[in-house]
Amino acid sequence: MQPTPSQTIGPFFHIALPANENIAHIAGPGAEGDALTLICRVLDAVGAPADDAMIELWQADASGVYNHPDDPRYADHDPAFHGFARMATNAQGACVFQTVKPGRPADLNGAMQAPHINVSVFARGLMKRAATRIYFEGDPANAQDRVLSCAPEQRRSTLLAHRDASQPSLWRFDLHLAGPDETIFFAI
Amino acid sequence: MADPDYLYVPYRLTILRAPRQPLVVLPETLSECTGPVFGHDSVTESCSDLTRQHAGEPMGQRIIVTGRVSDEDGRPITNTLVEIWQANAAGRYFHEVDRHDAPLDPNFTGGGRALTDSNGCYRFTTIKPGAYPWQNHKNAWRPAHIHFSLFGASFSSRLITQMYFPGDPLLDFDPIFHSVPDESSRQLLIARFDLAATKPEWALAYRFDIVLRGRHATPFEA
Repeated sequence: MQPTPSQTIGPFFHIALPANENIAHIAGPGAEGDALTLICRVLDAVGAPADDAMIELWQADASGVYNHPDDPRYADHDPAFHGFARMATNAQGACVFQTVKPGRPADLNGAMQAPHINVSVFARGLMKRAATRIYFEGDPANAQDRVLSCAPEQRRSTLLAHRDASQPSLWRFDLHLAGPDETIFFAI
Repeated sequence: MADPDYLYVPYRLTILRAPRQPLVVLPETLSECTGPVFGHDSVTESCSDLTRQHAGEPMGQRIIVTGRVSDEDGRPITNTLVEIWQANAAGRYFHEVDRHDAPLDPNFTGGGRALTDSNGCYRFTTIKPGAYPWQNHKNAWRPAHIHFSLFGASFSSRLITQMYFPGDPLLDFDPIFHSVPDESSRQLLIARFDLAATKPEWALAYRFDIVLRGRHATPFEA
């Protein structure tokens, strides 16, 4: 069967999507792992903030287990960790997420991936979602990650979140929809 | 290819926001084959009846919107979250950014959500949205539409789209609808009038079936 095509989210999604607070919290109180604050900004082709975008995150828990029955390690997942969050960007084009650093999820060949967060961005003027990944600058596992290694080398740094110099639990990730620093987006 | 390209110049804002570099093809990992699962605690009955969310009834033509959500092999996607939002009967959104000079309806917010049942079916009761003017080009009007958001079985099946109404003369002039390059895919976005699902003396009905793409986890198989 032919898949239903995507259409832009438009400017008025706040009526329904971020308003659904039941599913907005990526980590419940008591989630295991290193708590971190992640500030994601969405920028357009000329570097202007997109103040009407929506960011969704999907990540594994601190042990690298997804809160989903198809993860072979699902029985070991942290029940306090939900794994999904979404927010509308603010006037600065930013969303501030409170989460924990993910562990290393499996890939499908029995190897382990580097810690990462899966990202979907939707916005007015985006005809379909832009999907990317956030990796953590300086993580030694990055060197063996299969997805990072198939990303064009000169643009690979667009997938890295950077740690704040004075606050070690604060990470920043700028997502450039277009322009000279365009983030790598994946065909999902 | 069913989806529009990111860049579709007749929709002007894509010039500033469309990614230009080729998408990188991922090796399949557990990250795309899993995704959030939402349960019945996230939905109550009034969530799916947009005409019963306030003290009074909203103005406009009452309609039932139903459909079946399936994967590309036709298998139903059960217990998946479907969220919708729309303008009121006058074509005005309940949203601070909307400055369209048309009346707000105190009895209509325009947001709803439902879970699909064991056959993959969802059902909303709402009112038919009005056409909505936007400033993309001179005298630009969006055809009447309802926004849909679906998760499906995994991260890869996530879809946000719009449902249109059959016979709407504005479809011919709408760059967002026409961003979908092929005619047969565009037709998938138009609901069909469903006489059998109407409620006599009460509401008209439209059927909008949705097919999600997506990978299914086959962990650790060769």
